[in-house]
Amino acid sequence: MAAQTLFEKIWESHVVRAEPDGTTLLYIDRQLVHEVTSPQAFEGLKLSGRRPRRPGATLAVPDHNVPTTDRTLGIADPLSAKQILTLEENCRDFGITLFGMNDIRQGVVHIIGPEQGFTLPGTTIVCGDSHTSTHGAFGALAFGIGTSEVEHVLATQCLVQKRPKTMEVRVEGMLSDRCSAKDVILAIIGKIGTAGGTGYVIEYTGSAIRALSMEGRMTLCNMSIEGGARAGMVAPDENTIAYIKGRPLAPKGKLFEQAVQAWQQLKTDANATYDMTVTMRAEDIAPQVSWGTNPGMVTGVDQRVPDPRAMTDENQRQATVRALEYMGLIPNMPMTDIKIDTVFIGSCTNSRIEDLRLAANLVKGKSVATGVRAMVVPGSGLVKQQAEQEGLDRLFKEAGFEWREAGCSMCLAMNADVLQPGERCASTSNRNFEGRQGAGGRTHLVSPAMAVAAAVEGHFVDIRTWA
Amino acid sequence: MESFTTLTGLVAPLDRVNVDTDQIIPKQFLKTIKRTGLREGLFYDWRKQKDGTQDPAFFLNQARFQGATILLTRDNFGCGSSREHAPWALLDQGFRCVIASSFADIFYNNCFQNGMLPVVLKADEVLAIMKDVLATPGYQLTVDLGNQTVTTPDGTSFRFEIDPFRKDCLYRGLDAIGLTLQHEATIAAYETRRKAEVPWLFADLPS
Repeated sequence: MAAQTLFEKIWESHVVRAEPDGTTLLYIDRQLVHEVTSPQAFEGLKLSGRRPRRPGATLAVPDHNVPTTDRTLGIADPLSAKQILTLEENCRDFGITLFGMNDIRQGVVHIIGPEQGFTLPGTTIVCGDSHTSTHGAFGALAFGIGTSEVEHVLATQCLVQKRPKTMEVRVEGMLSDRCSAKDVILAIIGKIGTAGGTGYVIEYTGSAIRALSMEGRMTLCNMSIEGGARAGMVAPDENTIAYIKGRPLAPKGKLFEQAVQAWQQLKTDANATYDMTVTMRAEDIAPQVSWGTNPGMVTGVDQRVPDPRAMTDENQRQATVRALEYMGLIPNMPMTDIKIDTVFIGSCTNSRIEDLRLAANLVKGKSVATGVRAMVVPGSGLVKQQAEQEGLDRLFKEAGFEWREAGCSMCLAMNADVLQPGERCASTSNRNFEGRQGAGGRTHLVSPAMAVAAAVEGHFVDIRTWA
Repeated sequence: MESFTTLTGLVAPLDRVNVDTDQIIPKQFLKTIKRTGLREGLFYDWRKQKDGTQDPAFFLNQARFQGATILLTRDNFGCGSSREHAPWALLDQGFRCVIASSFADIFYNNCFQNGMLPVVLKADEVLAIMKDVLATPGYQLTVDLGNQTVTTPDGTSFRFEIDPFRKDCLYRGLDAIGLTLQHEATIAAYETRRKAEVPWLFADLPS
C-alpha cells in the first residue's frame, strides 16, 4: 500500500462514497452541538419531518450565551435565555444528550469533548463552530461546519466534502522557558498568514510538538482555523492514550485495549508526502503578542509595532494602517510599552486546568495592577472544580482576579462579559477581530503566562525575564 | 433550495481584504433562532461612524448601491467563525453572488447551502472590476453559472472554476440532505462494516 499521511488514513476510513469529481460523502463519527449554530438546524429537521440518524453520536452543551456570574439568578438577556431554552427543547425532542447550564460537566464545547473522552483518535468530529479544529490534538479529523451542515449530519451522519490538501508544519527544538503552545501557534500564523492554510489540513510534527502536553496540543490545533486551515492534527502517542484512559465516555476494558491497538497505527508513514511543508525552530519563537485586527498580525514581545511606511506590499500597508488606527497604536513603539486595562484568561484556546495552574503559579504573591480589571473563566465546571480543589481560585482572587463560572465569555462577548469601546485587553482567546470582545474593544492575543504578567504590570512584559 | 443559473445585477464594492465573519455579522445578531431578518446586522459596525450615526462613505449607506445583488470584494473573504448567519445576512440584504479573489473555506461552503454563488476571480481581475464599479454608477455584471463566466458591461468575460458536483446542486437547486438520503443503503452498509472494525465508536451516549 502506498505511504499515507495521518490525514489520508482517517479520510479514507470515512469515505462512504465518492462522486466522479472526487466530491466525497464522508462519514461523521461524532457531532458536538451548542446553542448558537443549532436552532435553525433543528428547525430544518422539524420542517422536513426528519429525525437524527444517530442521536447517540451527538453531545450538546450551551456555552456562548451562558452567564459566568451566579447562575441561580438566571439569564438577564431574554434572547440569550431563549437560545439556551431552545437548545434544551430540541435536545429533549430529538433524544440528544445535553449537559445543561447547571450541570457540573457544562463548559465550552471544545473543552468538554476531550474532558469527557468523547473526542477520540481516528474519528471524524464536527461542530457548528470553527474551533472544532481543537479536537485534532487527539489525531482526529475535526472541523467546523455551518448550520445547514449541522442539520445534514444530524439527518444523515454524513457530510459532502471535497478532499483538502495536506500541510505539514514541523517545529523542531526546545521552546524557551515560559514559552508555550500559544506562542507556537501565533508564530505559525504570523508566518503563514490568516489564509496560508486555506484548503489544507495541517499536521503538526517535530520534536517541539511531541513535547507538548495534550492541553498544549489542543491550544495549537484550536487556532489552526486562524491560519485558514479548517483542521489541524497531531498524531496520537502515549500522552494521548494516557489522557483518554478512564474518561467517562472513553471505551473501557477490552474495548479500550482494542482501540489503543488501532490508535497506535495512526501516524504518517515514513515515506508519505505532504502537499506543502513549513518548518520552524522552537528556539526562534519569542512570547507572542498580536498588535493588529487579525491573528496573523502578531510579533514577539521583544519587537516593536510595525511601521506601514516600511512595507512594500500595498495591501499589507493599507491593512496595517487601518489596523493600527483601530488598535490605537503608534508605529515603532516597543510592544512592552502597550498598556492594557483588561485581562481575560479563558476560551477554548486557553482555559484548561494546565493553563490555570500555570497562570495561578505565576500570580502567586503578586497583585493585579491598579486600574486593571482581570478575570479568569475556567473552560468547564469540572475544570473550575479541579482548580478550586487545588486552591488556584484563592491565588487568583488574592491577586485581584475575578473568578467566574465556565463559558465562552469575553472571547466573543455574547454574554454580559464585554469590552467597552477603546478598552484594551490582553486575552488568551483566539481572535482579535475588530469588535470581537465588544464594539470598539481592542484585543491583544497572548498566552496565559503573558496575560498574567500584563495583569500585574499593567503593560506587556517579556515573560522569559519577568521575575 | 433556490437554484442559481444566471444573474445580471448591480454590483456593490467592498474594497477590503480579510473581511471576517465577525464584521459581516457581529455576535449580538447571532442570538436569533431564525435564518431570516439578519439584514439589520450586516456589516453593522462598519455602517456607523464613531458617534453612532450612519457613515455616508460606507457602500451600504449609499443610494447608488441600493438593490445590489452582487458583492465584489478581495482576498480571504469570510474568514473566522463558521456562522452561517454571514451568508444569511448577505442574502437577506439581497446579495445572491459574492465575487472575491479568494474565500475562507467554511464561508465558501456555507454559500452553496443557501443558493448563493461564491465566485473566485484572479486578483487583478477583481481589482480591474473594482475600479470600474467605483467609477461607473449603475455598474452591472452578468454571472452565468452554466458557462462559469462573469461578463462586464463592455462584453469582457472572465471564467471561474467550480467543482462539478457543487455546480450541479446549485444549478438545479437540489436539497443536499435529500440527495445524501438517496444513498441510505450505502451509509447503512458502511456503518455495519465500521461497527465490526471500530465497535467503540458505536456505543450511544448515556442520555
